[in-house]
Amino acid sequence: MSLLQVDHLTIDYKTRKGTIRAVNDVSFSMEKGEILGLVGESGSGKSTLGLSLVRLVPYPGVIASGHIRVEKKDILQLRDREMRSSRGRKIAFVFQDPMTSLNPVKKIGDHFVEFLRTHTPHMSKKDALERARHILDELGIPNERISDYPHQFSGGMRQRIMIGLAIALNPSIVIADEPTTALDVIVQDRILDILKDLCRAHDMALVLITHDLSIVLERCDTIFVMYAGHQVEYGESEELYRNPRHPYTQGLLRSIPNIELADQKLDAIPGSPPDLLNPPKGCPFWPRCPHVMEICRIKVPPLIGLEVGHLVKCFLYGGT
Amino acid sequence: MVEKMRSVLARFTPGLRTLLTRGPPGLMVFIGILIVFSIIILTIIGPWIAPHNPFTPNVGKPLSPPSNKFPLGTTRVGQDVLSRVLTGGSVMLQVAFLSALLCFVIGVPIGLFSSYVGGKIDKTVSMVMDSMYAFPGLVLAIAIAAVFERGVVSMALAIAVVYIPSYFRIVRSQVLTIKELPYTAAAKAAGAKWHTILFTHILPNMIPSIVVVASVNFADAILTAAGLTFVGLGVKVDIPDWGYDLTSGRRDLASGAWWVITFPGLMIILLALGFTLIGEGLSELTSPRLQE
Repeated sequence: MSLLQVDHLTIDYKTRKGTIRAVNDVSFSMEKGEILGLVGESGSGKSTLGLSLVRLVPYPGVIASGHIRVEKKDILQLRDREMRSSRGRKIAFVFQDPMTSLNPVKKIGDHFVEFLRTHTPHMSKKDALERARHILDELGIPNERISDYPHQFSGGMRQRIMIGLAIALNPSIVIADEPTTALDVIVQDRILDILKDLCRAHDMALVLITHDLSIVLERCDTIFVMYAGHQVEYGESEELYRNPRHPYTQGLLRSIPNIELADQKLDAIPGSPPDLLNPPKGCPFWPRCPHVMEICRIKVPPLIGLEVGHLVKCFLYGGT
Repeated sequence: MVEKMRSVLARFTPGLRTLLTRGPPGLMVFIGILIVFSIIILTIIGPWIAPHNPFTPNVGKPLSPPSNKFPLGTTRVGQDVLSRVLTGGSVMLQVAFLSALLCFVIGVPIGLFSSYVGGKIDKTVSMVMDSMYAFPGLVLAIAIAAVFERGVVSMALAIAVVYIPSYFRIVRSQVLTIKELPYTAAAKAAGAKWHTILFTHILPNMIPSIVVVASVNFADAILTAAGLTFVGLGVKVDIPDWGYDLTSGRRDLASGAWWVITFPGLMIILLALGFTLIGEGLSELTSPRLQE
């Protein structure tokens, strides 16, 4: 039985103008210690999907149907108190913007103390600080800085601190929502490596949400490509890289610049993602698809299994 | 005792000194603190340094102008104005501090909970607060003070009722802002309980704004207290009070005795000015535009 099992999850935002289906019939599973890259452009529903795993989909979002099972327990059935106690303890979340994710009036150590004591009330303040120092060491932050305030740290250090908070209680799943978008490229690489190494070392599963396929290809075991709320392709990263099947994934891979080809022209995918208030009938990608067929404009393709564990939502590979 | 006071002073002087390096707003706060503390200290030691008993009539000739013997003149019953000025601040200060305290312990929690809970509760509470806000402050204070027995507490209560909506509004707007910031979202995603979010994440981050409202509230409270005394809703006559002297001395102004009301009036203005300087200076010091 897998650690995380998501079945036919559908999430709607009920706005005044109409219902937006941000996540559309998504299913996947994760094993212990697995690293999953969740890739999609802005508005593809990847953050909503991430937030739904801790049941914090912002208003007016509602989980319309489906199940999310963590260690066999359906978290959508949990009572609020149980859910709250598993946030941070079982499933931890790292947010996008490290500059504002730490409370400006609280010292770094106090962030750890508050967090650790929320979940282990009998822990003394001294023990919590001891644990915090240990974690800071692991993150390469001098532990005497434990009594500094957030504004005294750089963006990269703050994101390391956020990661430290996330792993402090050895959760079984860490969800990182674009953890490096606000940082510069060099720091980005280090942060992602730290995140990956820590998860490997502590046998935690990691969901890495990003819009940048290139940063997840080399770090993740499996990759999940989302487009307009749909799960368009899912598979092992090696397989997906060598053998992309969905025209959208192919387009994404073609648009990654290659450092060895000096005068290479980048292949962009023409058009722009659909308006989710008025999604196109049929496959959401057909208006931009180079291989569009008649059936694509009428029906949403089924999720087709190719090789073991490689799924694609496209009529090019069968289905009627 | 002296040692302890000296160490306390030593802890605060660097803070005061940095105020002077912060430009005009820092200077405003510095002068404001200077004024307010001088008046507080003067009022505390007033009974000992006053040359006469502030109540004893006929210590001098009634309505004698400022002279060497009576530097600020005498009242119509021959009381020493200087002694009355030195001791008369206690009522104002008590009323100001008590009303600010009442506003703080009532307005801040209501604002916190109402805006954090949101929905219909928040709408209802906001409506009640707005309707209180719509009344002219002094009129509402007079109405409330008239209902209760005369005294410091009822004056403070009357003023507090007028200012609670200001606290409520500022707290509410701050909560609504801070509630949406990533660090509260992060705390929530880390499994924090609602009261942790409210009291350790939201409340400490809005203290600067509350302090600004409080110091403006002090200044207004002083003036409102003076107004209440002026219309006869102040404390009883057996306590020296600037506001009372202002009321009783106005009859003597016609006969040319300007000194009876000028000096207590000046003290009221000075005290209000002190608090206003602190409030305005602090609001400029804490505004994010200037911090960059």
